Amino acid sequence: MKLIINGETQEASSATLAALLDELAYDHEFLATAYNNELVAAEDRSSCVLADGDRIEILSPMQGG
Amino acid sequence: MPDFYGEKISSSLLLGTAQYPSPKVLAEAVKMSGAEILTVSLRRESSSGGSSGKFWELIRDLNVKVLPNTAGCHSVKEAVTTAKMARELFGTDWIKLEVIGHHDSLQPDVFGLVEAARILSEDGFKVFPYTTEDIVVGEKLLEAGCKVLMPWCAPIGSAKGPVNPDALKAYRAHFPDVPLVVDAGLGRPSHAAQVMEFGFDAVLLNTAVAKAGDPVAMVEAFSRAIAAGHLAYKAQPLEPRDMAVPSTPVIGMAVFE
Repeated sequence: MKLIINGETQEASSATLAALLDELAYDHEFLATAYNNELVAAEDRSSCVLADGDRIEILSPMQGG
Repeated sequence: MPDFYGEKISSSLLLGTAQYPSPKVLAEAVKMSGAEILTVSLRRESSSGGSSGKFWELIRDLNVKVLPNTAGCHSVKEAVTTAKMARELFGTDWIKLEVIGHHDSLQPDVFGLVEAARILSEDGFKVFPYTTEDIVVGEKLLEAGCKVLMPWCAPIGSAKGPVNPDALKAYRAHFPDVPLVVDAGLGRPSHAAQVMEFGFDAVLLNTAVAKAGDPVAMVEAFSRAIAAGHLAYKAQPLEPRDMAVPSTPVIGMAVFE
């Protein structure tokens, strides 16, 4: 299926958001995630089921003013 | 000293973490500043991993409070979702709320700001709103649940200093019991001293320090200026007068004809 991950369309096969992070080799420790514009807490990622066309945001700490 | 949502802070300098020449200089500047609150942000992470983990470890090692921002958000929805992600990521319900209304001036969209502040306050956030010096907007932000106000003194990163000092003084006078932080637009230590003399509780600095030739020396200069301005405010400075008033007593002067 095609997912829009951080604004870019990518092919992925994972059934859940947690599995997607593994598939894309993300380090889970310093991340916040959103699914179709809503926060998905770390403990809910494994129950967040993905479908074709879903939008995923994966954010991490960054310098800011 | 500032009291933000019941937490007493001993430093009137809040410091941003962006644009420093290196992580080492950032860490040295933080230590020199005595700041207890650092602003941070969140951005898209690539799967290859970036420097974000190291950055977050550096911040945690500094043993300070973090104030995540919603910088770059141009809509209520963006700001609210970003705030929720920041709470998840940084483990704090503090949020520096920015809803930007204009690309060039980075002026806040104050209508969206008030709406987002209400949504987030009702969700348990402690909101630090980046706003203009408009008193009516300040009132609306307080009604929305904010207990701190952070007016700009000039556009973000402009280093112009207070472009509307009378409005900032009026803002302080209108909100005597609300913690007020000047956020954005300060360029030099004298600017910080000026707004602290007006009675502001704190200033939030980033570009003026990080982009200085020597950020560590500059933050030391700002720190001294902030302390001087605050002390001057407490000492009740004279109001300006239009006419001269002799400082040397005239009584007892000799008369020569």
